[in-house]
Amino acid sequence: MHRRDFLKMLGAGCLSGCTPPAPPFPKGELLGVSHDLGHRLHDGTLPAPNSTRHARVVIVGAGVAGLSAAWALRRAGINDFVVLELEKESGGNARAGENAVSAYPWGAHYLPIPTMESKAVRVLLAELGVLQGDPFAQRPRYDERHLCHIPHERLFWNGRWQEGLMPQFGASREDLAQIQQFDELIAHYRQRRDAHGRKAFALPMAHSAQEADLLALDTVSFREFLLSKGLTAAPLHWYVDYCCRDDFGCTAAQTSAWAGLHYFCCRDGEGSNATSDSVLTWAEGNAWLTRRLAAPVGQRLHTQAAVFRVEEQSRKVLLDVFHAGENRSERLIADHVIWAAPLFALPRIFADCPSDLAAAIAQTSHAPWLTANLTLRQPPTGKSGAPLSWDNVLYGTPSLGYVVATHQRLRVTPAPTVLTYYRALTEETPAQGRQRLLNTPWRVWADDILRELSVPHPDIAQHVQRIDLWRNGHAMIRPTVGFIWGNARARLQQTGQRLHLAHADLSGFSLFEEAQYRGIIAAERVMEQEGLRYVSLVA
Amino acid sequence: MRPALLATVFLIASCGLAYELIAGTLASYLLGDSVMQFSTVIGTYLFAMGIGSWLSQYITGRLALRFVQIELLVGLLGGVSAAALFLLYAWVEGPFRLALYLLVLLIGTLVGLEIPLVMRILRQHIGFRDLVSQVLTFDYLGALVVSLLFPMVLAPQLGVVRSAFLFGLLNVLVSLWTIRLFRDELPVRALHLQCGLAALLLSAGFIGSDRITTLAEENLYADRIVYTETTPYQRIVVTRWRDDIRLFLNNNLQFSSRDEYRYHEALIHPALATLPHPARVLVLGGGDGLAVRELLKYPTIQSITLVDLDPAMTRLFSQYPQLTQLNQNALTSPKVQVVNADALVWLEQDAGRYDFIVVDFPDPSNYSVGKLYTEAFYRLMDRHLKEDGLAVIQSTSPMYARRAYWTIVTTLEAAGLQATPYHALVPSFGEWGYIIASHHPYQPPRKFTVPLRFLSPESLPPLFNFPPDMARVPAEVNRLNNQSLVRLFESEWREVIR
Ligand SMILES: Cc1cc2nc3c(=O)[nH]c(=O)nc-3n(C[C@H](O)[C@H](O)[C@H](O)COP(=O)(O)OP(=O)(O)OC[C@H]3O[C@@H](n4cnc5c(N)ncnc54)[C@H](O)[C@@H]3O)c2cc1C
Repeated sequence: MHRRDFLKMLGAGCLSGCTPPAPPFPKGELLGVSHDLGHRLHDGTLPAPNSTRHARVVIVGAGVAGLSAAWALRRAGINDFVVLELEKESGGNARAGENAVSAYPWGAHYLPIPTMESKAVRVLLAELGVLQGDPFAQRPRYDERHLCHIPHERLFWNGRWQEGLMPQFGASREDLAQIQQFDELIAHYRQRRDAHGRKAFALPMAHSAQEADLLALDTVSFREFLLSKGLTAAPLHWYVDYCCRDDFGCTAAQTSAWAGLHYFCCRDGEGSNATSDSVLTWAEGNAWLTRRLAAPVGQRLHTQAAVFRVEEQSRKVLLDVFHAGENRSERLIADHVIWAAPLFALPRIFADCPSDLAAAIAQTSHAPWLTANLTLRQPPTGKSGAPLSWDNVLYGTPSLGYVVATHQRLRVTPAPTVLTYYRALTEETPAQGRQRLLNTPWRVWADDILRELSVPHPDIAQHVQRIDLWRNGHAMIRPTVGFIWGNARARLQQTGQRLHLAHADLSGFSLFEEAQYRGIIAAERVMEQEGLRYVSLVA
Repeated sequence: MRPALLATVFLIASCGLAYELIAGTLASYLLGDSVMQFSTVIGTYLFAMGIGSWLSQYITGRLALRFVQIELLVGLLGGVSAAALFLLYAWVEGPFRLALYLLVLLIGTLVGLEIPLVMRILRQHIGFRDLVSQVLTFDYLGALVVSLLFPMVLAPQLGVVRSAFLFGLLNVLVSLWTIRLFRDELPVRALHLQCGLAALLLSAGFIGSDRITTLAEENLYADRIVYTETTPYQRIVVTRWRDDIRLFLNNNLQFSSRDEYRYHEALIHPALATLPHPARVLVLGGGDGLAVRELLKYPTIQSITLVDLDPAMTRLFSQYPQLTQLNQNALTSPKVQVVNADALVWLEQDAGRYDFIVVDFPDPSNYSVGKLYTEAFYRLMDRHLKEDGLAVIQSTSPMYARRAYWTIVTTLEAAGLQATPYHALVPSFGEWGYIIASHHPYQPPRKFTVPLRFLSPESLPPLFNFPPDMARVPAEVNRLNNQSLVRLFESEWREVIR
């Protein structure tokens, strides 16, 4: 362009720039878990079964837990199982969508570098070629394409983007001193081992040390715990609260201090080309993993198959399944059932559900979440500071910021992109949050999201083509004070005769590692009861 | 008399708004952030007009004379404002903003004086109610006309600098007219002389404004600019001084025609001269065609694929006479296929394998370009390299960015390639570094079969020798998930340039 054209552009742009022509408002859809079908599961309106079928093992739910149970069975050479999934697609909270610009996650989007204890994660990653060489090496090599590329994360605070998520730029000297104190506190718990050499906070959490003073941390909130250590700095508390909302869907004041510390201490996995703060990520998020777990299940996976009645008999379990696609129901007579669906609905589906189990489940609570995928004609621009990163967080806003779905794409030039915006509804009780999720129209959310993002990106509205929303009323279990090491969760661990519970709910917080662990444990228990030989993936 | 004075109101309002727009446009052009520049300029201007109105009460007698003088002053100041600001920005680093706001304040104050004075003059001819309504009507009309005319016709057709001179001349015209209207009460001769001088100055500016703009832009570069273009990817500037043609991308020197042969001979021949029968060559980056010119010296080469991001670059170097003379029309050779694509995206899709790959990317100064220097990139490149093939990578200066240079060597090795580092002195860059990547140990050529100005069998061996100040240092592998190179590169060059 010549100088004259440039001025022409400027001359025209400046005047109109003061009152830009409003671009058409982006389009989008309001999606979510099958709310209506979910309700019909226990309101008695589903047709009665008109056929019967036998199956050795039935896995209910094709999320990470269910698919991992199937994986463990397949690895042991057991192939007569079926997986029943209520939704059209498998994946559960690791589901993903795709449009012309990119694939994008609707939920889980990354995996930390697996810890030494996360054996099954390592085996799976090795099977998929992500981890190269000996899966049990202290520092194995990871395929660089899946390690989150730089720049990793940034925070918008005080009018500019800073690198990393811990508020530093503009923090007072006292704040910085407290942040350092917090880091030291975490380092202390990270190093702590019990007499058996177990970590204070291991992942999967079942491998953690069980010393009384550690378990007692479950009886206070993470916020109170920090205050009791003299940590009062506002930026630190914002950061900790952000982490709790991001990982647990509840605030630091609601989160058990044990769970909060677990988050900060457990991720110590390393690679020869990855540090403990590296993560593995894909455009479609953890659906990259669940799709690879689901593919070999093949015909045995039935989607749009909702289990609406379970009855445990002495030698069998009866399952009534509604096939929504065919609008008919079927009865499955199974030797074993692995319940890898969330627990909250179980008491109403499980005939003769033991009252103590029902009471334990009643003590669980689940966080409502909203996820938005924004499709942009070009990467967002705006306020100065650290460059666009994989994870982009805004200080002091109700959301958890956004992740760039195209971040791992190998290209140099800017191109259209998809931003995945996350928001846990923590301002109210979960029940109120679910109501809000259900009642708020698409346009209100869309306006709200654009208003929030236009603070760091003043011109974002002009670049957004679509805003698609996903609502999930019971997205993840909340590790509230007292839940992790209380009686209720202990009851959930007790296995039934033939009905085996396997869901991240059993861990008290929802992570890929936990869901996978619970699925495998259930599968191995089935194999044990059946007297089958297997090599444990978790022991 | 009344219509004439109202026409005056119309004109001075037009000029008043024009200066405000000109200052705003120029500030956005030079400083960026147009919303910010426009708001602050308009705010200052309005405020200054307020000062002007307030000051007008102190002007008591000889209204017509004062008006003519103010008009002349506005014309002069406003007329030269754009040119002065532009030159100031280009020649003096510091007080641009200060000068900008001072000028806006001054012009605004003078313009603020105008309307109250006109009103007081007109009061002798019109009733007060009509007066206010008519003066304001013409005032706003003038503003409207200019606000439409400026962005649609004046700025694009005349440019900002020239438009300013034009409005200055209009102010002078208004003065002349006013002198005519009030010829009985004014010292006509003296004023005519002043008007004449002002008109002369402004006309000269009007005619010479292209020269002024170039002068200003040129000072941003040392030499005369012969070509500029802003593409979606970069700003391309070509300068020429005597026989020295230089290319700048985003203000970074890419080559000087005086010594680019050193850079490009060193890039191509140490590797290529050892290949017995090179046929297929891939060039990544290098849209200036100078590396291709060197490649075309080898008759065995059948096809050269050049992948460069920016179509404007390859078009420029295929069409612009002085540049095609420099690359000897390399890009239009029938053996050359030019692809405008993102090299990373293209390499993922291309299935070809090549005897020789030339990697001539911009330096790793940000995370985006930095991806082209990672282990993942070199593995991708390796998939396109024939078993006996060679690749060469331009790798910044082992002298000024020593750790960055050896990071690239280490990274190539981590990607499973054998790396042979070497360097050459290119005066306009300093000591420059290259690396040959191969599957088998590389042996430098004993002779060259093509005409060369810089390399010879004797001058070659020292290039592979690294004196202590450039010798190898331990380095981290540059990966997509750390991009250690970008940080190193930045910090090392910051030390050099400072
Ligand atoms: C927004 C969001 C972001 C997250 N991000 C991450 C992350 O980045 N990393 C991470 O590790 N974890 C993340 N998580 C946690 C995530 O929940 C776990 O990683 C994991 O996906 C949980 O798997 P699951 O199998 O335990 O449960 P779910 O994913 O809940 O799977 C249960 C499955 O059961 C099905 N089902 C339910 N009822 C029935 C029925 N009656 N009949 C048949 N099927 C039924 C459901 O449709 C679902 O597919 C995130 C969660 C959310 C909500």
